[in-house]
Formats: sequence, C-alpha cells, structure tokens
Amino acid sequence: MIAELGHFALALAAAVALVQAVVPMLGAARGDGAMMAAAAPAALVQFGVLGIAFAALMHAYITSDFSVLNVIENSHSLKPLLYKVAGTWGNHEGSLLLWVTVLALFGALVAVFGRNLPPSLKARTLSVQALITLGFLVFMLLTSNPFARVFPPPIEGTDLNPLLQDPGLAFHPPMLYVGYVGLSISFSFAVAALIEGKVDAAWARWVRPWTLLAWTFLTAGIALGSWWAYYELGWGGFWYWDPVENASFMPWLAATALLHSAIVVEKRDTLKSWTILLAIIAFGLSLIGTFLVRSGVLTSVHAFASDPDRGIFILLLLVVAIGGSLGLYAWRAPGLQGGGLFRPVSREGALVLNNLLLSAAAATVFVGTLYPLFLEVLTDDKISVGPPYFNLTFTPIMGVLVIALGVGAMLPWKRGDLGAVTRRLTVACVVTAVLMGLAALLYWQRSALAVAGLGMAAWLAAATLTQLWQRVRPTARIGVGEGVRRMAGLPRAAWGMTLAHLGVAVIVAGATGASLLTQETISSGGPGDRFTVGDYAFTLESVDRVAGPNYAAERGTFRVTDAETGDEIATLHGERRRYVAGGQETTEAGIRSDLGGDLYAVLGQPTDDGGWTVRLYRKPLVPWLWIGSGLLVLGGLFSLSDRRLRVGAPRRSGTRAGGVARTQPAE
Amino acid sequence: MIRSRLIFLIPLVLFLVLAGYFAVQLLSGEDPRAVPSALIDKPAPDFDLPGLYAGEPGFATADLKRGGPVLVNVFASWCVPCRAEHPLLMRLAEEEGATIFGLNYKDKRADAKGFIEELGNPYARIGFDGEGRVAIDWGVYGVPETYVIDGSGRIRYKRVGPLQPRHLEEDILPLLEDLRS
Repeated sequence: MIAELGHFALALAAAVALVQAVVPMLGAARGDGAMMAAAAPAALVQFGVLGIAFAALMHAYITSDFSVLNVIENSHSLKPLLYKVAGTWGNHEGSLLLWVTVLALFGALVAVFGRNLPPSLKARTLSVQALITLGFLVFMLLTSNPFARVFPPPIEGTDLNPLLQDPGLAFHPPMLYVGYVGLSISFSFAVAALIEGKVDAAWARWVRPWTLLAWTFLTAGIALGSWWAYYELGWGGFWYWDPVENASFMPWLAATALLHSAIVVEKRDTLKSWTILLAIIAFGLSLIGTFLVRSGVLTSVHAFASDPDRGIFILLLLVVAIGGSLGLYAWRAPGLQGGGLFRPVSREGALVLNNLLLSAAAATVFVGTLYPLFLEVLTDDKISVGPPYFNLTFTPIMGVLVIALGVGAMLPWKRGDLGAVTRRLTVACVVTAVLMGLAALLYWQRSALAVAGLGMAAWLAAATLTQLWQRVRPTARIGVGEGVRRMAGLPRAAWGMTLAHLGVAVIVAGATGASLLTQETISSGGPGDRFTVGDYAFTLESVDRVAGPNYAAERGTFRVTDAETGDEIATLHGERRRYVAGGQETTEAGIRSDLGGDLYAVLGQPTDDGGWTVRLYRKPLVPWLWIGSGLLVLGGLFSLSDRRLRVGAPRRSGTRAGGVARTQPAE
Repeated sequence: MIRSRLIFLIPLVLFLVLAGYFAVQLLSGEDPRAVPSALIDKPAPDFDLPGLYAGEPGFATADLKRGGPVLVNVFASWCVPCRAEHPLLMRLAEEEGATIFGLNYKDKRADAKGFIEELGNPYARIGFDGEGRVAIDWGVYGVPETYVIDGSGRIRYKRVGPLQPRHLEEDILPLLEDLRS
C-alpha cells in the first residue's frame, strides 16, 4: 500500500512539475504577476510530494518489504539498520529518486529564500528547474520505477553490495547529490538570465550563494568518497581516476571556476557570458556524469546495472537540457557585453587565469575519462586511461594554479603592480625556502618531486596567511595587536577565502605524502612473522575468525613497533570479510592515524602454506587530505554565512526591485 | 560581427559531436561488459587441476586440445548469477551437444557438489580451483565467466557475467558452428 502511495506521489510530482514549468514561464513572458507567483507554491508542493515518495521507498527498505523488486535486489533482512536506510539510494532507481528529490529541494529553497529576487527571474528560474525535474520524473516513471512489485515475494533479498555497506559510503551519495544536483540551480539561474537577456552584478550576487552551497556539499561528498576508497578498497589509494570519480570531480572543477568568475561579474560587471557558460557546463558535466554511470557506456567499478534503453533516454535528456541551453547561449550570449576593463596584471586577470587553469584541468579529466570511449568508436580498441596520464597532465596544471594562487589573491582590482606584490610576499618566499630545505633534507633521497609538492603547499599556505595579515595590517603604522583585533571585523567571506585556500595547501601536502612518500611492503606469512616498512616493524600477532551481523571475517592483529628501538607504537586490526548472502569479499584495513601520517595494514588472501598475504603501508601526511577537505568545506560555510551573500538578507541600497544594480565598489 | 557570433556556437557544436559519439556507442548495441580478454586468440594457459569428485579425472590444458571446440565455464556455488545462467549451460550441453568444462572457483568441495546435485551437471569435467590460482592465469575477474576454446587450445571468446540467451544465439552457437566446420 505504501509503495503504491510512493508510485502515485511520483506521478503527481510529474504533473506538478509540468504546471511549474509552463505557468510561470508564460507568466514571465506576458508580465502576468499571478502566473509568475504560482512558481513558488508549486516548487514547495513538488518537494513535499517527492519527499513522500522518498519516504515511501525508505519505509519499504526499513521494513524489508520483499514484495518490492528494488528491495529484493538490494537489501537483506540481516543487514544493519543503517545500511537498510542507505540501501534506499544504493541502487539505480533509488538514487534517481534521490536525484529528483534534491532537484525539488533546491527549487523549494529558492522559493522560500529567494523572496527578494525579481519576480520574473524567480519565475523563470523555478520553471527551468521544474523542466529538469520533469525530464527525470518521466524517465523514472517509464523506465525505472522504484516501486515495482513482485508476486510471490521471496523470503530473502539478495543484499546490498557489501563494499557499499560502510558508514562512509552510506552518506557519500546524498552529500554528492546535494552537491552536483545542487548545481542545477546555478544552471536554472543561467538559463533564466539568458531568457531575460540580462546578466548583471545583482544576478551574480544571487547565483553565488547557491553555487557555493552546492560546491560545499560536492566537496564534502567527494572527500567522503575518497576517504571510503582509502580505507575500504584495501590498496591505500585515495583517488583512482575511475570514470565515476571523475564524473563527480569534473563538475567540482567547473563549479570552483564558476565561484571565482561570479566574483568578477559581481564586482566588476564583466566576464558575463563566460560565467553563464560555466554555469551551464558545471551542471552539464553533472548530467553527463550521470549518463556515463547509468547507461553502461563506460565500465567502472561503480557502475549500476545498466540497460541500453535507459541510456537512450538519458541521452535524450542530455541533448534537450545541455543542447537546448547551449543553443540558447549561442543565440543570446553575444548580446551580453561586459562593462569593466582591466589590465592583465590585476585581480580580474588572476581570476581569469584561475578560470583558464581550472577549465583546462576539467578538460584534461574529461578527455582522460572519455578517450577510451572515442578510441573504441573510431578503432574498436578497448583501452583504459590510468593514473600516468593524469599525473602527466592534470598535476602540472594544478601546480601552476597553486603557485599563481599565492600571488593572484594579493593583486588589487583593475590594475596591479607585480613588483609591489612580490615585495609584500618576501616573508612568504623565505618561509617557503626554509620549509623546502627541511623537506629536501628529509625526502630528497626518496622523491625530489615530493620536495617540490611540499614546497608548493608551504608557499600557498604562507602566501594565504600573508594576504590575510596584510589585509588587517596594511602598513606598519598599525600595531600588531590592532591587526589581530581587526581580524575579528573581517567579512566572513574573507575568512572563507582564507580557509579554502589554506585547505588547498593542506590537500596538496597530503596528496604529495600519499602518492610520493608512501612506503609499502607486500609479503606473506603467518602469526609471529615480522615485516619491516620504512622505520616501522609490523608483527602479525594472530589471525582470528570473527562473526559480524551478516558476514564472517578473518581478523589479523598486527603489532607495530619502532624498527630500531622496538618501542610499542600501535596495534592494528585488518579484516577480510565474506558476506553471507552474496559470498562477496571485502577488506577492512587496520589504520592508525596521527598528524604525521597513517600506518595501514591489510590482511589478504590465505596462501598455500597456511599463511596469508599481507599489505602493509606507511603513508605520511594522508590525514592532511581529510583536514584540507574539511578546511575547504569550512571555508564554503563561512563564506555562505557572510552577511553580504546571505540568502534573503535585506537588499542593499542601489539594488532596485527590477534587479538592475550598480556594481558594488571594489573592496 | 558574424564571426564573433560564431564563437558562441562552439560549445553547442562540441556538445553535439559528443552526443553523437554517445549515440553511436549506445546504438551499436555492443555490450561494454564483453571486455575482450588479453588472451583472445592466444593459447589457453597451462594448468592441471584435480577433479571436484574424488576418483574422477581432473581438468588440464591437454583436455582443450582434443580437436573440437569446447567451452570453459568458471562457476562457484556462492555465486548467485551462476545459478541464473545454469539452465542455459544445461541446454547447451544436452540440446546443442556442446562440451563444457567447469572451473570451480574459490569454492568448498561439499558446497560445489551440492550445487551440481541440486541444479544438474552440464560439465564434461570439473576442475577444482579452491585457491583461485588457475583462475588468475585465465585472467578471471568475476564469476561467472565463459570461454570458447578452439580445437587447438586457443581462446576464441570470452564473456564476463551470466550468459543470456542472446549471447548463446548471437555469439556462442555461431562460433561453435564455425569452429566445427
């Protein structure tokens, strides 16, 4: 009964979406206030109805209702409650339902918090949002009904893929979806602005908090996924350049570029058509990512059960949404002319460079992800593009970005003096040189590249802190104490920028440690055997059989000591689990983290002679990856809480109801 | 003016090219899961496995070089899709007269015997690969997998995942026909 209610709610949501797509758009074209005003309540109803559908599916999972096909295929009555809940979105149909629910959520948020938007822009934005929702709802109703029933119901389900039965992954998809589906709002704003034929500073100020919100969640989602891959896949990697990872990373790069170019539109009233294009591309990449994952065009460890009919349908959606918006762009964008002029060496110039580098990085990832597909269409060869390609292309681009970022953030608007800025960065240069020297002493033998990576991290951190300090204490006349006091008065957005840029520095350090300074030993042996990894000695103490709720496991206990002194450091438990229902095996790495890095132990397959293979790692600086991601998210949240950007904050003088605002004076 | 307008068309054109590629790929009907093995058209690896049932002959490289085409099917009792494809293997063996060798992957003997007794035995011989060692040489990365080997011991076809009737009709049976003639 509840499942039917869910199905009915889906159909109702499609009807509401149709109304929300058509009525406000017509109203905006005719200047009919009542029709435009229908958008907001429709968006709220839409979210309510989809919330009911989502709750209905979750109910079926929690109660293990095995008369619902989706639950049979992805759940099992022995599964812990958390994973029953997570099972709701751990499959094709359920995750699509989450997709549309998040789409509707963002529509509802704009309806509630967008009170000071010009009515026509608001009506058009919500109408475009509803069009996207409608497309996905029709797709679900026709090809992927999550509420399909089975008769007679089986006694037991076939279980959720055990790799996915993990707390990190339970929350990774919702975060990621709020992120990349949230970019739909920037897209809808961009399309609405193209229809209106008007992009100005006020538009940029409205669209930025939404992009920032989506970006913050996307960052958190990607970091969670990376963290999961790190401890669950058992190879100690944090990023595999898998097509599905790339599918979430490309929108992130585009959204990051969008955040920065929107600043230029807001402050200097230029780069308009580029910003609109980025908004379309950012969400377009999310859609393409969804298409790649679901259509089975690319194979990946993450791929959902794929089906060519679904692929065709999503491709049609893509063509309508992205093709349509790019067509509109080709038609309307030439009319958007920018105002402010600037010199190449200026804050605008630096942000343009940022955009060029981020777009180039996104393009690199895009080519690497799709090249195998193109090659196959052209030559019938099947290949896969792996980390060597990305190390060779993506990494240098990011290197340039990190170095330029240190200088760019200090440049003034309009026209800057590179010499003056360099002088202000003397201290940062010295700090970087000293830290690089230290890193060289420690690591030159192991990897010269790692010294460069750590140097870049040090440079960015030092330059970012210099920028913050000089902002509160521009001249020596201001005392140090006064400078510290002024910090409290800085706008939240300034803190957001500082935190996010520091986060990038910390991530660069973490990635350098994880990929270039790792020490590993892959060997085999039984209880009592001792293995040396760098300065550490791992002793396999025992291997025990343990039983979990829905799996049986072998648990290896490793004692880690200092290889020279023999001092006790940690005890790690690495497990190999076999799940009862499907027979799949997973590994759970034993990890001990501190600021310096991780000790990581995996118990592998049994060997012929009664022992086990073991994989043991010393991974310096890995926790910095997660700390840095945390700083990025924190930066996003700080910036969001800035009064100037706060959604629904009182309008500033000069922003008239029509939305024609004067550019704000540069700060 | 015209030229500056054309610049704004570039994103659309690029996207349409991309969408065209996607469409070609989708409509080609090729299954991306049919990952060709690096071993295609190469001799099958050398191996010698004990039989699943004590006293019965095992399964070794020599069995693949007896002159006629044969199938090798990797299966395990714990693998659910193996159950799904089993009736097709029975049909292949009984109605089409194909010779199928079973490679029992990372299994327990008792479980594997139970699986065969419950569902029927389509296999001419079953090799027991409890450790999965031989499967590594074959490049197995998911169960079930099915190979077609020609009379001289070369791998001619590989399918990852459960067989479906269309794989039988479109790929395997025509290939067997070819190899026999």
